Amino acid sequence: MTLSVKHLLGIKELNLQDIEQIFQTADNFKKVLQRPIKKVPTLRDTTVANIFFENSTRTRLSFELAEKRLGADVVNFAASNSSVSKGETLIDTVNNILAMKVDMVVMRHSASGAPWFLAQHIDASIINAGDGINEHPTQALLDAFSMRERIGELKGKRITIIGDIMHSRVALSNIYCLAKLGAEVTVTGPPTLIPRHIASLGVKVEYNVKKALEWCDVANVLRIQLERQHKPLFSTLREYALYYGVNKQMLDSIKKKIVIMHPGPINRGVEINSDVADSNQSIILDQVENGVAIRMAVIYLLSGKREME
Amino acid sequence: MKTLLNSGQLNITLQRLAHQLVENHLSFNNTVIIGIQPRGILLSDRIVKMVKKISGNQQLEYGRLDITFYRDDVASRDILVPNETNIPFSIEGKNVVLIDDVLHTGRTIRAAMDALLDFGRPRKVELMVLVDRRFSRELPVQPDYSGHTVDTILTQKVVVFWNEKDGKDEVILIDKV
Repeated sequence: MTLSVKHLLGIKELNLQDIEQIFQTADNFKKVLQRPIKKVPTLRDTTVANIFFENSTRTRLSFELAEKRLGADVVNFAASNSSVSKGETLIDTVNNILAMKVDMVVMRHSASGAPWFLAQHIDASIINAGDGINEHPTQALLDAFSMRERIGELKGKRITIIGDIMHSRVALSNIYCLAKLGAEVTVTGPPTLIPRHIASLGVKVEYNVKKALEWCDVANVLRIQLERQHKPLFSTLREYALYYGVNKQMLDSIKKKIVIMHPGPINRGVEINSDVADSNQSIILDQVENGVAIRMAVIYLLSGKREME
Repeated sequence: MKTLLNSGQLNITLQRLAHQLVENHLSFNNTVIIGIQPRGILLSDRIVKMVKKISGNQQLEYGRLDITFYRDDVASRDILVPNETNIPFSIEGKNVVLIDDVLHTGRTIRAAMDALLDFGRPRKVELMVLVDRRFSRELPVQPDYSGHTVDTILTQKVVVFWNEKDGKDEVILIDKV
């Protein structure tokens, strides 16, 4: 039993069996993380490099903890204080790291597709920790894992994704993942932030946030990614918060109790209000907790293929 | 292929193992039983049932341990999907009886002891196996309770069938090609 892929580049390339296998393994790692000794020696002969060409708090920390709790050796690399600023190419940088006998690479890059490019040129397994506006597979896996923990099997369940769909790799990976698990997905937000042909991925589009919230079991609220918006796509953050922000008043006006998620970092008072983010409907911190278990599962399941090649 | 134990013989052996366990421990206040996933628990399920019957249904703490994450060959073989570990009690200061079906190289038991120690510090650890493949040890591990001892060579394999899972009770020795 192994995954059907050598790398975790995107959810798009996984099949349902892979996802189920990752969840089953993550269940076991979650139990390990709840023990007094939160560590197993499984990958004591493996070295993992975390290569981050873009800023990150949660994801990098989560990967690093996952690797350390599997007993792996970890090297961290941030592009900002490296030779990349002297003009070294991506392949050169990674090959130099691999020459120091690194077995696995976790990479975040601002260019969409960067991990696919890298996979063609190096032998080590690659885990995509977010590439541009394309995919963020481990986030989608931990989101679906957290949803399943709260509301059971996702087949037939309704998930709304709210906000900056256009610039969100979390949205795209979530859409692929939820579709494979048989859930129904609606995207909502300002028309300028919803890509024109998104419906071709099998999702519904709804421009009225309240209607989309009334429809769903779970709402995944996304961050407004101002750093990726090079031209104005809505007038002010205040206006965005007024029409598309999720607040307590809005949730209370819905008859059922829906689950609220957010991949972080939160812009409090913009896409989500504190009275929602900190309420008992929110599973934002469960998502972070599950992130470590999911990443342990992915790293573990990808680690075995090395000597089979 | 050769039958080592048929259904009737297997039952007698299991009865003996259960009686030996009760004889050595009398009270299970301070003794816990832990079966090793995935095949050891089929044996430990039976042993626990018999021990309860013999000792008059006294309270007995019983857990299951998965050793996948503690194996020493993770990188060199196909990745295994783990089974459930469920030890809903403290093993600190307890006598632990580890149970597995076949003892071969001793590597599984080494991994099990490492896994066990991550749950606490037991006072004593004992090992019960149904079949002891003598002379094939790669680590210094010996059983405290052994159902059946057999001399085998590396190319052979001992398979234990259980009614609950495989539809019959039998222990066989096969030659791998």
